[in-house]
Amino acid sequence: MDNRGIDFGFGFLKQEASFDMQFTLLDYDGQDSYAWAYVVALLNTLLVSFLGIIFCTILGVIIGVARLSQNFLIRNSAAWYVEFFRNIPLLLQIFFWYYAALRALPLPETAEPWFGVTYMTIKGYYIPSMIWENLNVFLSCLIAAIVSIIFIRIYARKLQEREGKQLPVFYISIGLLIILPLLSFLIGGVKLDFELPVLKQLAQTSFIFEGGIALPPELIALVVALSLYTSTFVAECVRAGIQGISKGQKEAAASVGLNPNQILKLVIMPQALRIIIPPTTNQYLNLTKNSSLAAAIAYPDLVLVFAGTALMQTGKAIEIVGITMLTYLTISLSIAALMNWYNKRIEIKEK
Amino acid sequence: MFKHLKQLTSLVAMIAVVFAFTTEAMAKKSKTLKNTQKKGFVRCGVSQGLPGFSNADASGNWTGIDVDVCRAVAAAVLGDANKVKFTPLSAKERFTALTSGEIDILSRNTTWTLSRDADIGLTFVGVNFYDGQGFMVRKSSGITSTSQFKDGISACTNIGTTTELNMRDFFNSKGIKYEPVAFEKADEVVAAYDAGRCDTYTTDKSGLAAQRTKMKNPDEHIVLPETISKEPLGPVVRQGDAVWEDIVRWSLNTMIEAEEYGITSANADSMKTSDNPAIKRLVGAEGEMGAAFGLDNEWNLRIIKQVGNYGESYKRNIADTGILPDRGPNQLWTKGGILYVPPAR
Repeated sequence: MDNRGIDFGFGFLKQEASFDMQFTLLDYDGQDSYAWAYVVALLNTLLVSFLGIIFCTILGVIIGVARLSQNFLIRNSAAWYVEFFRNIPLLLQIFFWYYAALRALPLPETAEPWFGVTYMTIKGYYIPSMIWENLNVFLSCLIAAIVSIIFIRIYARKLQEREGKQLPVFYISIGLLIILPLLSFLIGGVKLDFELPVLKQLAQTSFIFEGGIALPPELIALVVALSLYTSTFVAECVRAGIQGISKGQKEAAASVGLNPNQILKLVIMPQALRIIIPPTTNQYLNLTKNSSLAAAIAYPDLVLVFAGTALMQTGKAIEIVGITMLTYLTISLSIAALMNWYNKRIEIKEK
Repeated sequence: MFKHLKQLTSLVAMIAVVFAFTTEAMAKKSKTLKNTQKKGFVRCGVSQGLPGFSNADASGNWTGIDVDVCRAVAAAVLGDANKVKFTPLSAKERFTALTSGEIDILSRNTTWTLSRDADIGLTFVGVNFYDGQGFMVRKSSGITSTSQFKDGISACTNIGTTTELNMRDFFNSKGIKYEPVAFEKADEVVAAYDAGRCDTYTTDKSGLAAQRTKMKNPDEHIVLPETISKEPLGPVVRQGDAVWEDIVRWSLNTMIEAEEYGITSANADSMKTSDNPAIKRLVGAEGEMGAAFGLDNEWNLRIIKQVGNYGESYKRNIADTGILPDRGPNQLWTKGGILYVPPAR
């Protein structure tokens, strides 16, 4: 490195970054340091991964179950979906969703509202933002509701073990989740206002929405592409898990008088999950790593901002690529650890 | 007697050591030159496609004024302007490719700045295009000046460039809130701006003019008159090989000075018999202008014959392609521009 005239060091992290970012979760300004830019960009990566994992799981479970449906149409559409989305390279899908959406979406001035108050435009999806008064009262009510639900569940299980009685836990939980926060509005003095996006003219043919929250099209395209792509793999894991449970289990459960809902919940799913979790963990890891393709469509993630702009402006290639690699390694290992813990919890406890 | 012999041998040994060191120093003079001549081609980093500067056609032939700098070096050190291996690089990759030794010249519309020159193991050898950052907008927007920009404007640009920093300085100094949308590749910036994602597209003005030709309907866009920064673009080499640096610098200087003296690819040979010693030096008919680089005496003649002078290169790549017909500051100092190079003597 001395030969090439490169010096090594991490002092640059304290320097002023002096570039701006399009989309940030925390306050960031060009005057902040490279270290802060790293944190903000990392959060953007985590946001995309988190949203992607949630949506790909929901979609994957639905598609996976649909592939085993008795209905010819549902079964075959699900199969087509899986074969289509998993066999096209992800980068192409990201480009497709981004540029196709950009071409198809209306300009802000011609956008029709969705659900009355949100606007899907080429410059982003604009939704109302919430303005809270006494937000902490509302949050404590919400936490109280969740804690009491946990206690009721524990009590219900004990009750069933002791006396064989079943409480309608599901309905009680829903009720608590609605009533307690509602009380905070009525008695606790919590107020919620919405700030609606309003159209603003920048120039003769150039408009934008102001107020509310703007979700950039880059984020939306990336989440859509990652979720659709990864959901196909999750769907296959789910299908494998359900098919891995022998038919006898279901028949035995039916013969002791469980209804179909209970069969799925108490007999099939606990066993299927053991097969589903390990390969699904792989898919979550893939999704997180694939989120680095964000760089192709200007979503300011870790790779674009830190391993891109920051690397360029400082020239500290070895340090920055090193930090970035370590970061992805840490994220992946954390997800794996979390999933392994969950897997341990649900696996068969042999004596 | 023995005493003297001892002195004599030590003197001989000293001379031998000094000689060995000097010959080694001379042989070591330009490792890059030696490697280039051994490989038989010049390794040159260019853009991923910027018309007029470095752009490949359908059959893979590179053209542009940045490309011509590399061709000039190839003509000088290898005798053939076509012996160049071009590596297209993104703005992000370019410096790493150079410092890691993947390429030997970076000629990729790169702005000369203090921090780049001083910090990252690079040396800028000169300027082959004086540029400045500007803004492009849609004609239909009615915007004719940057003073009409308002809060909330979205600006598309490239990451990893001085553009990103200038843009921030500009909007901050005007107190305008803006949304930066930064892509890795220029083609993606153009596609997003063209689709309507951004209200304005900002980069070097030459770049704007060149990219405009790639748009769906070039006539719908205009470049605003304001220039918000100085962008002297030029070739870059790795730090630590002073001779190679000189070869690249003087290859570029030769092209510019040849234009000054009216030497073109067509008349270069006949200029050998010129009365003007400055011209004779530029075509290798007088002086020893190549020895210091480890080159023969006609290295500069080959540049002019095979690549042409700066004016020819500009006309062929930038004026005739309709990108920037007016040379502006990139005119010779004798004709009202700021192109002024030290004399070759």
